[in-house]
Amino acid sequence: MTPDLKIKIGRTHFKNPVMVASGTFGYAEEFADLLDLKKLGAIVSKTITVKPRQGNIPPRTCETPAGLINSIGLENPGIDGFIENKLPVLKKFGPPIIVSIASEGDPGEFVILAKRLDKLSAVTALEINISCPNVKDAGKNLKTKLISQDPKATYAVVKAVRRVTGKTLITKLSPNVTDIVEIAQAAQDAGSDALALINTVQGMAIDIKTRQPKIAMVVGGLSGPAIRPIALRMVWEVYRKVGIPIIGMGGIADTESALEFFIAGASAISVGTQNFIDPGVSVKIVSGISKYLQKNKINSLKKLVGTLECKI
Amino acid sequence: MRIRQNRAEILTNAKICGKYHKLIIKDAKISRNSRPGQFLMLKVGDSQGPLLRRPLSIHRVDKEKIEMLYERIGPGTEILAQRKAGEFLDVIGPLGNGFTLPPESRESEAVLLAGGMGVAPLVFWAQRLVAGKRKSAGDRIQVFIGARTKEQILCEKEFKKLGCDVKIATDDGSAGFFGRVTGLLEAALQTMDCQRIIVYACGPQPMLRELVRICRKKLISSQVSLEEHMACGIGACLGCVVNTIDGYKRVCKEGPVFEAKKLIY
Repeated sequence: MTPDLKIKIGRTHFKNPVMVASGTFGYAEEFADLLDLKKLGAIVSKTITVKPRQGNIPPRTCETPAGLINSIGLENPGIDGFIENKLPVLKKFGPPIIVSIASEGDPGEFVILAKRLDKLSAVTALEINISCPNVKDAGKNLKTKLISQDPKATYAVVKAVRRVTGKTLITKLSPNVTDIVEIAQAAQDAGSDALALINTVQGMAIDIKTRQPKIAMVVGGLSGPAIRPIALRMVWEVYRKVGIPIIGMGGIADTESALEFFIAGASAISVGTQNFIDPGVSVKIVSGISKYLQKNKINSLKKLVGTLECKI
Repeated sequence: MRIRQNRAEILTNAKICGKYHKLIIKDAKISRNSRPGQFLMLKVGDSQGPLLRRPLSIHRVDKEKIEMLYERIGPGTEILAQRKAGEFLDVIGPLGNGFTLPPESRESEAVLLAGGMGVAPLVFWAQRLVAGKRKSAGDRIQVFIGARTKEQILCEKEFKKLGCDVKIATDDGSAGFFGRVTGLLEAALQTMDCQRIIVYACGPQPMLRELVRICRKKLISSQVSLEEHMACGIGACLGCVVNTIDGYKRVCKEGPVFEAKKLIY
């Protein structure tokens, strides 16, 4: 018997729990030659802001041990450009489209974006990106750089977006905090349907010959297998205390690493950096999960979620 | 043109000289669709790393064979140098936009400027230029090759076999012009009709910057192939951008070949 991989998050049904993480999959068209896009559980777009953004100065990426530091700076065509040029292509691929949105310092921009996207049937869900380490998204009054570093600010933004849209809401959180559970709870209390854990970990690298930072903005976001244990730990911590579904991400590179996240408590997973190395990896993970469930005589993926057997 | 991901057999992976190596792989479909200036993304490592693929420019194609040149400059290329004939490499390509013949190119003369490994795509381009041109006297392709030393001059013979007029510059003066290849080019430009030439260039960043400066000064039309660290190579990550008069452009997608006059460089 084929195991049941279907999941439901908010009001959205997904045929399988494997998504591609925002910023690592462009607008999907870049990957159209390299994998069967129909087989993805969902496609999460590159983050969109109200106005077009040209992004940060290069160099923007550098490789580190088992990782990648990036500081792209949310380069995107803005909401008008996205709706006009990107969304019509994206929606043809088949999977549900989750649009990632961010502000550039005025949290009110989330409301503007949510209102625009709420009207569009091609958009299935919104991912509230309050955790990009490469922009300052918080308002002037906030002491932290990012909205997701402050529970009250997180609550306010999610609540404001919740008021203007009935679409499924996913809040993407930053690992660059002391207590991610507190932030996750704030997002849940404000009406978020799910949590995306984790965004990149802040990091840097230096060229010792020139004594210059390897990326122009000095500090960027670290992704890739290097951050997997951090992501997994945060998924587990949040799962134990917070009720809404978790979409786990951070260094997932194959079926085994994806399964770790489900066992820790994730209801779905996203593949990020690994898309760059192995564009078809997400589709392989879908069938890998199926095989694992069959082998372990589990008829539904839901029964695997949060089954970590621990002695504490 | 369709991008493919394949496991391609390594036919040759051998040292040419010093840290320079030649890699030949077999992949009929990618080979057939490759154009000069395009590149492949190679998965050189295993689970032990390196994490990202490495971009290598296409040096030549011959039926199902694809040749590439590379220099051992870091952990990625060191691991690549260990790979042996008969093994398979996971490759994605062909990627990016290559060199193009501008509409006015019928009346113009091609000048090729290569620094170090930069010869790689220019041999492929010279082949196409020669094949596309009706043989007319005095219409030889001028090639300027720059290298650190005499031993590190690459592909001089290949260009000569194609009937190109080759001039050499070395940083240490051990062969040809003593100095930068851009210096040699600038001297040669004195006797050329700058309105009638198109410079096609590939090489290290300082060489390209100098070329862009020269071309701007003399109003010479030029296409330069840029190199950048890349994460995806297919236009998704927006990591490899270069600044142009039209804003940031992706080296892997809109490039790697750009018109010099568009670069803010």
